[in-house]
Amino acid sequence: MLAFLLRRLFGLIVTAWLATVVVFAVLQLVPGDPALLMLGVDARPDTLAALRAQMGLDLPVLARYLHWAGGLAGGDLGVSLTYGRPVAGLVAERLAVTLPLALLALAVSTALAIPLGLLAAARRGRGGDWAVLGFTQLGVSMPSFWIAILLILVFSLTLHWFPAGGFPGWGGGLGPALHALVLPALALALPEAAILARVTRTAVLDTLGEDHVRTARAKGVGRAAVLLRHALPNALIPVATVLGLQISFLVAGAVVVENVFTLPGLGRLLYQAIGQRDLIVVQGVVVLLALFVVAVNALVDIACALADPRPRGEA
Amino acid sequence: MTRRSPWPVSLWLGAALTALLVALALASFLWTPYPAEQVRVLARLKPPSAAHWLGTDHFGRDVLSMIMVGARNSLAVGAAAVGLGLLGGVPLGLLAAGLGRWGDEVLARLGDLVFAFPSVLTAILLTAVLGAGAVNVVLALALFNAAVLARVTRGAALAAWRRPFVGAALALGRGPLSVTLVHVLPNIAGIVVVQATVLFAVAIVNEAALSYLGLGIQPPSPSWGKMLGDAQTYLFTAPLQAVFPGLAIALAVMGLTMLGDGLRDWLDPRHRSSGVL
Repeated sequence: MLAFLLRRLFGLIVTAWLATVVVFAVLQLVPGDPALLMLGVDARPDTLAALRAQMGLDLPVLARYLHWAGGLAGGDLGVSLTYGRPVAGLVAERLAVTLPLALLALAVSTALAIPLGLLAAARRGRGGDWAVLGFTQLGVSMPSFWIAILLILVFSLTLHWFPAGGFPGWGGGLGPALHALVLPALALALPEAAILARVTRTAVLDTLGEDHVRTARAKGVGRAAVLLRHALPNALIPVATVLGLQISFLVAGAVVVENVFTLPGLGRLLYQAIGQRDLIVVQGVVVLLALFVVAVNALVDIACALADPRPRGEA
Repeated sequence: MTRRSPWPVSLWLGAALTALLVALALASFLWTPYPAEQVRVLARLKPPSAAHWLGTDHFGRDVLSMIMVGARNSLAVGAAAVGLGLLGGVPLGLLAAGLGRWGDEVLARLGDLVFAFPSVLTAILLTAVLGAGAVNVVLALALFNAAVLARVTRGAALAAWRRPFVGAALALGRGPLSVTLVHVLPNIAGIVVVQATVLFAVAIVNEAALSYLGLGIQPPSPSWGKMLGDAQTYLFTAPLQAVFPGLAIALAVMGLTMLGDGLRDWLDPRHRSSGVL
């Protein structure tokens, strides 16, 4: 077990390091002078020189990478060109929107998917099963940003239950802030819930066929109790694996959905930075998101290995 | 060879929807109700009518024509992203399976690295550096697809290498390359095709999302994602314009995922568990 953990940890560090190299390398692909690209052709020479100095463009590539990576390790992502503020501070502010949004979406998706998956497995081949499978087929086919637009159409413009976009901030209390996050979280959660419900259904059906479940039934344990106490706990390992993997899809989805609802989160920051050619912000946000995904993937792997000793032997 | 079971329902439905999509895209080369890029300001934001079956957008362009040409664009981006992914991923996966431990380890790390960047994120990074456009979107999606296909190919190829007929071919003096091409590749083709079909659907969704953000297919060339982005601005006056392009995306994705599910069930009937629809 220790050997596995060490190997996985080593893999995590190597992948994380390579991710920083990739992000750095891609930004070297900028045709011509990055400072000129960011400031535009009519920039004043002294502004240009100042930006070149800040980005270390006069240094050799390796020195520039070490300087940037060293800053990254110390939590310094550089200073944004458009905002004139440290990128780390901007990211911290925007996380106050993106993190609750992602957590809310994850919670909604799990709360929808597990009961639906259980229902489908319990009613295999009957009406309930078909209804759930129909819902999941629909869910995996509809992109989250289209769901978002439809939710705005129905619940904002027609019924006026929720705002069509914007975020009041947490200063005004929990209520209004959460209210603004309901539709975005739903838009993110529905496609994820569809996939998760399918996985839950398949996993529960698989465990229902196992010996200990049959034994429990033979001993006279009721259907519902078998489902909840014997089949579900064993089905949770594949469900948790998929849930972990979905976090990286949530990251990508949040970038788009935040823009549908003009929520001031990380995704909106990233998107606006592209429009403003603020490569320092783009670089910082992308590398942070990538490192986050690497860490989550490794954690999922380790958690699965801890919960289930079977795949450990295989390399 | 094993006998093939009859086509499952999902395969029929998926194949039919996909055929419809391809037909729509191909038809757009020969005929659309109106030129897709024709601007007619007087006929802007009209609801569906006999003249414009799906109405017109904020420039007075015919929505049906735009959806038809959009199908062509979506399919082109998807085909390029999956085609390049196959070209890159399948040989890599075969190589890793053939090279043993070291090849495996290198491929696994490379895969982890690619998966660190959700393809939308890669596309955003590329467009930030190289500018928005379909080519950069294709590159980003192809990179992700190659990583997925390399993993799938490697797993399937490892299993194929353990089959007795591969051992027999090796014992008869065939070289590893010839065994790979003649015996391993045909046996894993089904799994790879199923995965490629699903990745095609994912590529269509991601292209639409990126075009929605304005980073993908550039106007005036119509794209379903961009149409949804425009429709959001006029959501109050012309709500139906936010429905049709989304429906096109959903039907395309539904067709391709059902085709993939159906193919998997058909090729491997033991697997018939989740894909009932």
